[in-house]
Amino acid sequence: MDNKNDLGPGFNVKGKEVRYRDAFNSTLRDELEHDENVFIIGEDISGGFDKKTKEPLDAWGGPFAATKGLVQDFGVNRIMDAPISEAGFVGAAIGAALTGLRPVVDLMYFDFTTVAFDQLLSNAAKSRYMFGGQTKVPLTLFARSGGGTGHAAQHSSAFYSILAHIPGLKVVTPSDAYSVKGLLSAAIRDDDPVFVVNDKKIINTTGFVPDESYQIELGKGRYLKRGNDITLVGMSYSSIVCLEASEKLEKLGISTEVVDLLSLSPLDNEIIIESVKKTNRIVIVDEDNPIASIASEVAAIVADKAFDYLDAPVKRVTAPHTPVPYSKGLEDVYVPDSNDVVSTVKSILEN
Amino acid sequence: MINEEKLIWMYQTMCKIRLFEESMLEQTFKGNSMGVTHPSDGQEAVPTGICAHLTDKDWIGSTHRGHGHCIAKGLETDKMMAEIMGKYTGNCKGKGGSMHIADFSKGMLGANAIVGASIPLAVGAALTAKYQGKEKESIGVAFFGDGASSQGVLHESMNLASIWNLPVIFACENNQYAEATPSWYAVSVEDIADRAASYNIPGVVVDGMDVFQVYEAAGEAVKRARDGKGPTLLEFKTYRYHGHFHADQTEKYRSSEEEKAWHKRDPIISFEKKVIDQKLISKGKLQSIKKEVVEEIEKAVDFGLSSPLPPEETLYDDVYVNYPNDLRGLR
Repeated sequence: MDNKNDLGPGFNVKGKEVRYRDAFNSTLRDELEHDENVFIIGEDISGGFDKKTKEPLDAWGGPFAATKGLVQDFGVNRIMDAPISEAGFVGAAIGAALTGLRPVVDLMYFDFTTVAFDQLLSNAAKSRYMFGGQTKVPLTLFARSGGGTGHAAQHSSAFYSILAHIPGLKVVTPSDAYSVKGLLSAAIRDDDPVFVVNDKKIINTTGFVPDESYQIELGKGRYLKRGNDITLVGMSYSSIVCLEASEKLEKLGISTEVVDLLSLSPLDNEIIIESVKKTNRIVIVDEDNPIASIASEVAAIVADKAFDYLDAPVKRVTAPHTPVPYSKGLEDVYVPDSNDVVSTVKSILEN
Repeated sequence: MINEEKLIWMYQTMCKIRLFEESMLEQTFKGNSMGVTHPSDGQEAVPTGICAHLTDKDWIGSTHRGHGHCIAKGLETDKMMAEIMGKYTGNCKGKGGSMHIADFSKGMLGANAIVGASIPLAVGAALTAKYQGKEKESIGVAFFGDGASSQGVLHESMNLASIWNLPVIFACENNQYAEATPSWYAVSVEDIADRAASYNIPGVVVDGMDVFQVYEAAGEAVKRARDGKGPTLLEFKTYRYHGHFHADQTEKYRSSEEEKAWHKRDPIISFEKKVIDQKLISKGKLQSIKKEVVEEIEKAVDFGLSSPLPPEETLYDDVYVNYPNDLRGLR
């Protein structure tokens, strides 16, 4: 970064204020227009058919209306409603990617990834390598993650660390309307399989987004805020938690730097190390379960590459090592919030 | 009637598969193939009779027992042998081995070592063909065994192919055993072909030891696919002469009477008898074809043995098309 006070992509954007979900939808539209080999496949991505005419009704327009209106303009060959067969249609999408198309798969809730996990792990991630580079797998997948919305244990997971662990897959975690537009577009244009994780808590947030198409480089994080006393690292919704915590800490006279990872694989090691070298303290905030998490990975990188710069122990603020509970009071405790971050920051600064 | 050129190709292909597998086993036992190998000798008629209808623009998905599919789809035996020996000159530069031989230039989507996992890939290739309006020239064929017939992803794939009317053939090689487990124990129906009824597609039982019957049944299924009439499930009753993998001892779970009965229906011997009896190809011609195949496989073994191993730095190649970070791990 040229100036040490510069922020990353998305700062001072000139554009319209739009909802995350609308930015997502319009990016899919842009990419369908940009390349005729792009098509979307998933459950209820239009949703419903007229029994007589067989025409799609677009009754759902996809979960959270991610694909609303696309079937009218691009037709059923490019907006393909699939039966509930995640392994089958993810496998078919991989086969299509291996033979020249650029499929985009809507897996609905992030938890459903596991139903198609063999296809993702054994075929999408490994084909290029085990076939000696003969082929590529230009596949994009997306799904909704995260707790806090009363969807309970099987509709609220955020185990993106499992995907980031796999060689051959890329994983991105947008945190606002600007980043989802740039990352989704980059994912669809990328020649490797990329999973775009959308936290349900962000989907209805608004942000400023330029009209024109743009791509955010996969593997680059960004600064959401510059500061001196401590680095807060977030990804997906936890980046918003970091920003909230940052405001609270500012009132306590603590200057924070907020790093939004944006991409978990590839991971931007440099931005993490750069920031820690400046602030000498770091707290990583992650809604994933704690063991073998991205928070743990970032902590390990800091311990390895910036140990001499640390003035305090590396701290992680994560979900507990439990499934996501349903009842509101329990769920509120489960999802790390800004108060959790503030108390963790205070604990290491006081020492 | 099948023309002479095609008959010769069929004989060449079946002999090539048989001799390749026998040489491959020999090399495996000598320690020259680097891992586990799964021979397909006995099953030669199935890939031969199907691939006789295909071109390089058609796509096949294959299995851990995939050498026959590869050869029938036109892959070069020298590169295959080199791949099995872990050599840099192999189809996959030594990265895949016996269970992952692929050649995308030949329409071969790869051998796949997760039972059933390549089936939806062939469906996806058929989806591409339909998407591009090229069903006439490009269809998908999913090879799988009786073991995979109980995998959920096969059933999902047949349903998808049926509702989307995709140009794909589900080619089940029922060789009677999934590892040591007999299909009479593990499969709920006498004929796996009956499972097609659930997906409203034709299901046909075929004698997989007779390349002529395979050729005819596959021809109808290929025509259906190219004519836009959708998928077909073909079940080929066949038999692997060797065990599940090179060191498997079949006497622990198969009777010698059973093995002998299948050997009596050997696809190559019965082909020879038929074409000689019907004066389609002369005995001398068959002998000269076989001699050429023997020479080809000998050359393939020599090529594999004399080829270099992959350079160490290639370990990190081709994980991604683009990845900025170091893949070397921590040590």
